Amino acid sequence: MKRSSLLALVSLIALAGGACRQDMHDQPKAKPQSKSGFFVDGRTGRLPVEGTVARGELRADDHLYRGKVDGVFATTFPFKIDAALMERGRERYAIYCTPCHGATGLGNGMVIQRGFKVPATSHHIERLRNAPVGYWFDVITNGFGVMFGYASQIPVNDRWAIIAYVRALQLSRNATAEDVPAAEREALLSGRKALPGEGAHAAPPAGGGGHNAPAGDAKPQAESAPKSPETKH
Amino acid sequence: MAQLFPKQANGLSKASIAAGAAVGGSVLLALFLLARSGYATGEGTPYDQKVPFSHNHHTTGVGIDCRYCHTSVETSATASIPPTQTCMNCHSQIWTNAPMLEPVRESYRTGKSLEWRKVNDLPDFAYFNHSAHVNKGVGCTTCHGQVGEMPLVYQAQSLQMQWCLNCHNNPEQFLRLKSEVYEPVWNPPANQLEVGAKLRAEYKANPRVSCSTCHR
Ligand code: HEC
Ligand code: HEC
Ligand code: HEC
Ligand code: HEC
Ligand code: HEC
Ligand code: HEC
Repeated sequence: MKRSSLLALVSLIALAGGACRQDMHDQPKAKPQSKSGFFVDGRTGRLPVEGTVARGELRADDHLYRGKVDGVFATTFPFKIDAALMERGRERYAIYCTPCHGATGLGNGMVIQRGFKVPATSHHIERLRNAPVGYWFDVITNGFGVMFGYASQIPVNDRWAIIAYVRALQLSRNATAEDVPAAEREALLSGRKALPGEGAHAAPPAGGGGHNAPAGDAKPQAESAPKSPETKH
Repeated sequence: MAQLFPKQANGLSKASIAAGAAVGGSVLLALFLLARSGYATGEGTPYDQKVPFSHNHHTTGVGIDCRYCHTSVETSATASIPPTQTCMNCHSQIWTNAPMLEPVRESYRTGKSLEWRKVNDLPDFAYFNHSAHVNKGVGCTTCHGQVGEMPLVYQAQSLQMQWCLNCHNNPEQFLRLKSEVYEPVWNPPANQLEVGAKLRAEYKANPRVSCSTCHR
């Protein structure tokens, strides 16, 4: 009798105590971006000592990682461009560049329309059309003027993919029907979507904040960008 | 010796047993319901953050893609909260004097992290992986609600094991086209089950339900 009541008491205490403990919920392990009580700056993620090179991160390839060949901006891509890469470039361009430069690259993205103080340079000006791809790589990586660099947001290969897509965008505004392979010209001229340059850039949704605008209206859609011959596949 | 208890006491004792059982039962039921309520799971309550960051304005309004900020969501387990620099990409030139954004500017000046309170928080013994989901046609809003309409994000689902399993057992209820995964606001089509079943086959989405999938 005495032993069993003791047992009941012990298990009751254990139950009551167990219900309050969260040890397994909040384990003292470091999860990404969590707060640390150990390091002075409160960060769990530690920065490597300056100059540290991780395995496979030497980045010796100047062409791929800095867009330079023999110290000058490269005029060629460091790898082969195919349709899949172009598609990737289009998608990445829509995510990272359209907010400011707009889907067509004219520089009238939504953020600019909402009051960004400096206009985003049009991708279609003479100087940028002629600028080597290596220069473009440098702008995306390190920024230019008030535009911040995108090195931390966009991996190296994606930066090149974006440039490939921008090249197509640029070409699309300066191409004639003769530039299209004869086989595809027929399809192009008969009842397809607006020719590059004809389609007006999507107007911003009415009503300042866009709170009531349907999602499809405000979202930058890469589809509205003109297709160039290269993106056809 | 006279009877200590009158005869009615029999009924009384039976009634008290029943009452005891009823009280105990309702306490258990209450606890059971409480454990599933928003109060316990944290569902539905937005938190005060140092900066009142509005997903409504930035995604539906300005049209920024989730991946502009949550850069690792496609490639890793965590979606990641953007660093201060990401905010400054724009806010170095727009809304530059807004007092609301002072903590962002201060963090940028001093290099001290901007602290955000975690909204969706699984217990540490459960393993979750974003890339496994978003690359198989499970959209953000399925788990996080209509983020594009939220001035402040809140936890939209219970995040309890039962909720995970409901989808892992029958994912076709929720699957959508990969091109729609990042829509800030999304509603399923009327023939969701049909579409979902097709997508499930196409994407080979076969979530596992063995314990070690999520407890490892
Ligand atoms: C936050 C807005 C913003 C975003 C996002 C943005 N840019 Fe820019 N970009 C600008 C602004 C503003 C300028 C003009 C800077 C200046 O003149 O000081 C600019 C200038 C440029 C230039 C011209 C450089 C020159 O030599 O004149 C290029 C090229 C460029 N951006 C490419 C890109 C690409 C590619 C992306 C996507 C990866 C991108 N930008 C994303 C705002 C942006
Ligand atoms: C301009 C940057 C930005 C964009 C774009 C953005 N987010 Fe966020 N997101 C943040 C920041 C900053 C936080 C942390 C603050 C908070 O919790 O409100 C956050 C938090 C969240 C959280 C809660 C995280 C937690 O603590 O559990 C979810 C869920 C989320 N975002 C989903 C999305 C989705 C879905 C999209 C695309 C429709 C999106 N975000 C687009 C910046 C952004
Ligand atoms: C790509 C550009 C861009 C980025 C990146 C960005 N913002 Fe904004 N933000 C804007 C624009 C544009 C507005 C004005 C919105 C409007 O006009 O409705 C704004 C407005 C705001 C406001 C004012 C109130 C409101 O919601 O309209 C706050 C606060 C804010 N942003 C916080 C942040 C924080 C914090 C981050 C970083 C996680 C961030 N923003 C990243 C473009 C951006
Ligand atoms: C299958 C459900 C599910 C989907 C789909 C999903 N999330 Fe999450 N998300 C979660 C859960 C669960 C957590 C909490 C994770 C934790 O606490 O470990 C979370 C956490 C987050 C966080 C907080 C930071 C982090 O990485 O833990 C952000 C930001 C976020 N999600 C954004 C997104 C975005 C953006 C998308 C769409 C691209 C998305 N999520 C899709 C379930 C989901
Ligand atoms: C809306 C549907 C849905 C919800 C809700 C959901 N999952 Fe999943 N989950 C999936 C699908 C689909 C896959 C991919 C299966 C595949 O790869 O074939 C998956 C895969 C996974 C994986 C496998 C990763 C790997 O390495 O194989 C884990 C872990 C996981 N889910 C955990 C969770 C947890 C934890 C929750 C609840 C917090 C959750 N899931 C909620 C649909 C869902
Ligand atoms: C799809 C992912 C998933 C699978 C599969 C899964 N669990 Fe869970 N489990 C979770 C999540 C998420 C939680 C945390 C729920 C919460 O926050 O209350 C959890 C919680 C639990 C808990 C509760 C712990 C507590 O403190 O409340 C137990 C016990 C558990 N799981 C056992 C199992 C067993 C046994 C299996 C195999 C039959 C299993 N789980 C399979 C996701 C999963």
